[in-house]
Amino acid sequence: MTDISQSGPVLAADGTPLKRSLSRALRMQKLRALMLIAPLLLFILVTFILPVADMLFRSVENRIVQDTLPQTVEALADWDPASGQLPEEAVFAAMAADLQIAAKAKTHTRVAKRLNYENPGVSSVFRKSGRKVGKWDLATDGPFREKLIEIDDGWGDVELWRTIKTYSGSFTSGYFLNAVDMQLGAEGPEVRPENERIYNTMLVRTMRMSLIITFSCILLGYPVAWILANLPARKANLLLILVLLPFWTSLLVRTSAWKILLQQQGVINDTLVWIGLVDDANRLVLINNELGTIIAMTHILLPFMILPMYSVMQTINPSYLRAAKSLGATDWTAFWRVYFPQTVPGIGAGSILVFILAVGYYITPALVGGTKGTFISNLIAYHISTSGNWGLGAALGAILLAVVLLLYWVYDKVVGIDNVKLG
Amino acid sequence: MSALPPYATVGQRTWHYTFRVICGLVFFFLIAPIVVIIPLSFNAQDFFTFTPEMLRLDPDGYSLKHYRDFFNNDSWQSAMWNSLKIAPMATIVSVTFGTLAAIGLSQPHVPFRRAIMAILISPMIVPLIISAAGMYFFYSRIGLQGTYIGVVLAHAALGIPFVIITVTATLVGFDRSLTRAAANMGADPVTTFFRVQMPLILPGVISGGLFAFITSFDEVVVVLFVGSAGQKTLPWQMFIGLREQISPTILAVATILVAISIMLLATVEMLRRRSERLRGMSPS
Repeated sequence: MTDISQSGPVLAADGTPLKRSLSRALRMQKLRALMLIAPLLLFILVTFILPVADMLFRSVENRIVQDTLPQTVEALADWDPASGQLPEEAVFAAMAADLQIAAKAKTHTRVAKRLNYENPGVSSVFRKSGRKVGKWDLATDGPFREKLIEIDDGWGDVELWRTIKTYSGSFTSGYFLNAVDMQLGAEGPEVRPENERIYNTMLVRTMRMSLIITFSCILLGYPVAWILANLPARKANLLLILVLLPFWTSLLVRTSAWKILLQQQGVINDTLVWIGLVDDANRLVLINNELGTIIAMTHILLPFMILPMYSVMQTINPSYLRAAKSLGATDWTAFWRVYFPQTVPGIGAGSILVFILAVGYYITPALVGGTKGTFISNLIAYHISTSGNWGLGAALGAILLAVVLLLYWVYDKVVGIDNVKLG
Repeated sequence: MSALPPYATVGQRTWHYTFRVICGLVFFFLIAPIVVIIPLSFNAQDFFTFTPEMLRLDPDGYSLKHYRDFFNNDSWQSAMWNSLKIAPMATIVSVTFGTLAAIGLSQPHVPFRRAIMAILISPMIVPLIISAAGMYFFYSRIGLQGTYIGVVLAHAALGIPFVIITVTATLVGFDRSLTRAAANMGADPVTTFFRVQMPLILPGVISGGLFAFITSFDEVVVVLFVGSAGQKTLPWQMFIGLREQISPTILAVATILVAISIMLLATVEMLRRRSERLRGMSPS
């Protein structure tokens, strides 16, 4: 009796206040959950998140000019490119000194390559001078202004010095500007000349083709999802296998199948010729162009559209449609005003998923796209592995990633990542 | 849909059958490209189309020569073995970490659950080329580029979202009073996990593992960047074959891979049904 009548907080069995004891238990529970998650989180951070962040950092990092030509960068600080005058003799002397050190360490070609991305032609000026400057005596061989211009009259070009000054900071927006077909001019960012613009076209093409693929998937997927949702379960499960099998089949198998089928001497053209629809002399060009990429990718991504639509349509009560019809709606009105609006979440989920997957595709466009049907990913791969312009590749990658993450965020809002279903 | 009412008008009937034909065509579009390569892989000639002999069903038009080529060619064989060495290892890593984390994530009170989930799913969302390029730079820096371990780690990271998704989905229906009952009867957490929880979520874990396996087994972009010639996998070899000089051996490889997919699909479907049955049994 004394226990109950006592005033003050309720106590747990061990004498601590119940409230504190409960919150401690909750804290323990949270801690235990986090302990279970921690190893994986750490694993993903190290093997995945850090590498991606590291690559994205390359799109703005620009230490090479500063590191290789430190004296020149310092001497150039006072020079005003807008004056149209060449820099002072001191700058040329600093450049000669820097070049001598760089040529010995063989780093002058790297900085030349870096500057060449921004101002084509710089590379040869540096390479040519690097060899000769090594033999100069810095104390007595001045003035260097005339001597450098004598080696290559590129040194007499104000533009070259402007480029060095513009790209002497530790960070640059140059790669990003390049990725959207702009450059850092004398008065800030400016659009590149017409003949140097390729990346915008590529971004626009990637977006346009991904949209076309998404729409083809909606068009082809909608009837299939509808019939799967409205057939008796046994038949539907059987037909579902026809959707799941492509989903499980290796991407390369499906791409090679299309590569073989779409050839000019392939099965599709053979069949069309045999039926007589196409003349043997002008077989259709179905591959190595945009059409090839669209056909193959629609096929590859179609299951990702059908499955979310199917799971939404399964939940729609068929009596709504019957009710609409009994109230006098025609088949079309009943479908368009009653059934279709209920399927929009499924279409949305499928479309975002297909679009996200499509914009980042690399393998299929590389194999069936030729030159006209490649995506931005192919360009990124080119810059990373072939051209060596990693900063530009990283900048293009950052733009692509931004688009994808934006859509991912929308997808999370609309569908929720927890609701992603596989198979 | 399933049956036309007797009062359907001519228009409705026409639409009903037209609709079925449309659906049939889409199903044909989905499945035909995969089915067509199977007979083509038995072609006796080095062509990528049906020869007149094949169309006449003449036995001389068919042969196993592309399969023989696959099993006798060194580069295909080493590619196959590399794939078989990398994929199971990557699967084990992602299933171990993934299952633990999925159990953690399905506890009732997890702080920052949404953010953690978003990070763990991200390898599935980030375009492969970006992951591949990032891993290429980062792994070269720490000396993992071009090594077996590097490729396994990269593939494990790519497989984790699939394990997380399938295992958390299985755990949604898991009756937590079972673990409490086990603890009540004196089982320590490890025993509870292996004797009570694991057997019940096993179907989800296995299908997650199969997803992780197929992700690694099919993956080509990341291995192209992170791997070196010593880790050349089957998809890599196919990619080279398709890009440079396409040989009909690819058809035989593709057919074998289709057979593997069919087996995996059947297993996953079986497990899904079993898991649904198990969950139906536990009171919820």
